[in-house]
Amino acid sequence: MSETRDLVREAAERLFEKHCTAETMRRADGGELPQALWRALTEAGYTSALVPESAGGAGLDMSDALSLLFSAGRHAVPAPLAETMLAGWLLSSAGIAPPEGPLAVAPVREGDDVKASRDGTGWRLQGKAGRVPWAARAAAIVALARCEDRNLVALAAPGDCRIVGGANLAGEPRDDVDFSGVRCSVGAFAAPDAAALRSLGAVMRSAQMAGALQSVLETSVQYARERVQFGRPIGRFQAVQQNLAVLAGQAAAATAAAEAAIEAAAHDLHSPAVAAAKIRAGEAAGIGAAIAHQVHGAIGFTQEHRLHYSTRRLWSWRDEFGNEAYWARRLGGELAAAGADRLWHGITAAG
Amino acid sequence: MASIDNLRFEPPPPFPEAEVLRGEVRAFLAEHLPKRAITEGVGSWGGSSREFSRKMGARGWIGMTWPKRYGGHERSALERYVVLEEMLASGAPVSGHWVADRQSGPLILRVGTEQQKNSILPRIAAGECSFCIGMSEPDSGSDLASVRTRAAAVEGGFRVNGTKLWTSNAHRSDYMILLCRTGEAGEQRHGGLTQFLVDLKATRGIAIRPVRNLSGDHHFNEVVFQDVFLPGANVLGEVGSGWQQVTSELAFERSGPERFLSSFTLLVELVRALGPDPSERARIALGRIVAHIYTLRRLSRSVAGMLQAGANPAQQAALVKDLGTTLEQEIPEIARQLIDAEPDRASTQDFVTVLAHTMMNAPSFSLRGGTREILRGMIARGLGLR
Repeated sequence: MSETRDLVREAAERLFEKHCTAETMRRADGGELPQALWRALTEAGYTSALVPESAGGAGLDMSDALSLLFSAGRHAVPAPLAETMLAGWLLSSAGIAPPEGPLAVAPVREGDDVKASRDGTGWRLQGKAGRVPWAARAAAIVALARCEDRNLVALAAPGDCRIVGGANLAGEPRDDVDFSGVRCSVGAFAAPDAAALRSLGAVMRSAQMAGALQSVLETSVQYARERVQFGRPIGRFQAVQQNLAVLAGQAAAATAAAEAAIEAAAHDLHSPAVAAAKIRAGEAAGIGAAIAHQVHGAIGFTQEHRLHYSTRRLWSWRDEFGNEAYWARRLGGELAAAGADRLWHGITAAG
Repeated sequence: MASIDNLRFEPPPPFPEAEVLRGEVRAFLAEHLPKRAITEGVGSWGGSSREFSRKMGARGWIGMTWPKRYGGHERSALERYVVLEEMLASGAPVSGHWVADRQSGPLILRVGTEQQKNSILPRIAAGECSFCIGMSEPDSGSDLASVRTRAAAVEGGFRVNGTKLWTSNAHRSDYMILLCRTGEAGEQRHGGLTQFLVDLKATRGIAIRPVRNLSGDHHFNEVVFQDVFLPGANVLGEVGSGWQQVTSELAFERSGPERFLSSFTLLVELVRALGPDPSERARIALGRIVAHIYTLRRLSRSVAGMLQAGANPAQQAALVKDLGTTLEQEIPEIARQLIDAEPDRASTQDFVTVLAHTMMNAPSFSLRGGTREILRGMIARGLGLR
């Protein structure tokens, strides 16, 4: 791991620790974007981590920038950090300077089709995108639209779109956006297509899930050492120990898979390592959350305990930017098409 | 919230040179991999061929990391890893040197006398000398500290009496590293144990009997020692330090590619049987399995890197083995639901016969080298719970 990455991660841990207090988490759960947290994320340069310095961003190395999301996931940061980073990356690839404030990106689901056509000096959008993170509350929605067989990146104002608000299981905004007839004055063609966008989103969610699993592991181990039943801490019972060992394995696997995807994403968003990370971290999310709740018993099932900030995110994130089945179908299809005698080559080539 | 550092995996060090070596190994396999029944590659390091081991030795691929003065080649753990995984993925007959290369040789290198190192290590590296592990006993499986085979001090050495059980390949091995009780266990139960080098071909009083496994194959043995005299020069390491020596040996044993590739031959045959355009259900199952293999390979290479850096990643190694053997055991269960065929060892169809062999070997994956429960106990210790 690079020294820069260690420094970035340490600073991020301190910032998240300071800002993701119990009170902040509780209020964010009600749908509020914590302003002090958002200012801190912006001032630290995290929100513009994937925007080059020449375009006014923090210009972090892509792997260092994505590694921030392990820490963000660990602290269940209740803000569109990943989404704004993703928007910054997409805008930068089109040479557009990102506006200030939280940003949304659309479309995020396969099959959602946004089209653009020229309209004077600007562009006009058509189509709908479902489950768009933070769309209604964003300063701008960065739309990736098909236009004359090319990929157009355009800035849409949320106020111009018809938006039906919604949320994922963690209460994070996931809105349905109808772009029909929306006019954008800023737009430019770019190389990334919807598949590349989904891949980078999948890498981000994988890192966030790995971070969240690390957190539920730490919380669960801590709880097992403190909670006394039958005259001793429940962590002394072998049945509990064995479950926590499984949770540790899932957290380690998710972390390794996400790290591999981060390394690969810096030069190839279509690497099988990306699919593998979303599949492996997504599976770990379900197993890990279940064990964490089992260890915590009834208290972990309450709103007042912090465990649900992580587990509800795990249950949500595994289905965003393509679930395990989506990525496994693609990866498995490619491997089958390559054939039995290329299987091992495919595995070693992924790094 | 304190992070759990005991279970931290360092990213595997970048190693582009490995791809050159990988090409050499693949070319070697294309030329020298013996034609044989496909099921001989099932179960990881199952097949044995002295001739093949000699050829690998001649290429410098046994004892790769050892000093040159003992017949080694002073290459890195990650280069060795490339050779291991290529051998396993192709189902090569490597069991003749596997144990010696993986743990017996490194143990001798670490604690052996100059005489032991000089006489044995070059022969291992040449593919001429095979080892088996004399640890388990009839009443001592997971609870290794309870071994009862006793080595009593006598004039000039020790007299050994007792029985070892589940000793894989004892009938084909040149040497055994034997764990014996030489003194009192003490309060921690870990004292009074000593390891010995035993020349199985030249020592009198040893009886080796087959214990057939559930598929009728002969890998296991019962090895009975009756008044066997071992000279003092055969003590390996320190008298009374057997426990510490054994536990450090096990870190090498647990994290290699053999802990997640045991069912790989079946996976290859599954892909072949499914064809280039399988059902959606099959694609999803296949993609998931391979995602697990990618991840395990990274974790396993991470442990290799940590071993190379001189760390003692015993708990990480236990974690890799737990995850890896779980996947190895899942593969036959998944494969049988994707292809409508009944497992049959006598079938002429490769998938069907490999499925049968893998299924019947699968229970051993989470027993050998430390049971799943023991490994999870070690992980729990890493979490600070015991």
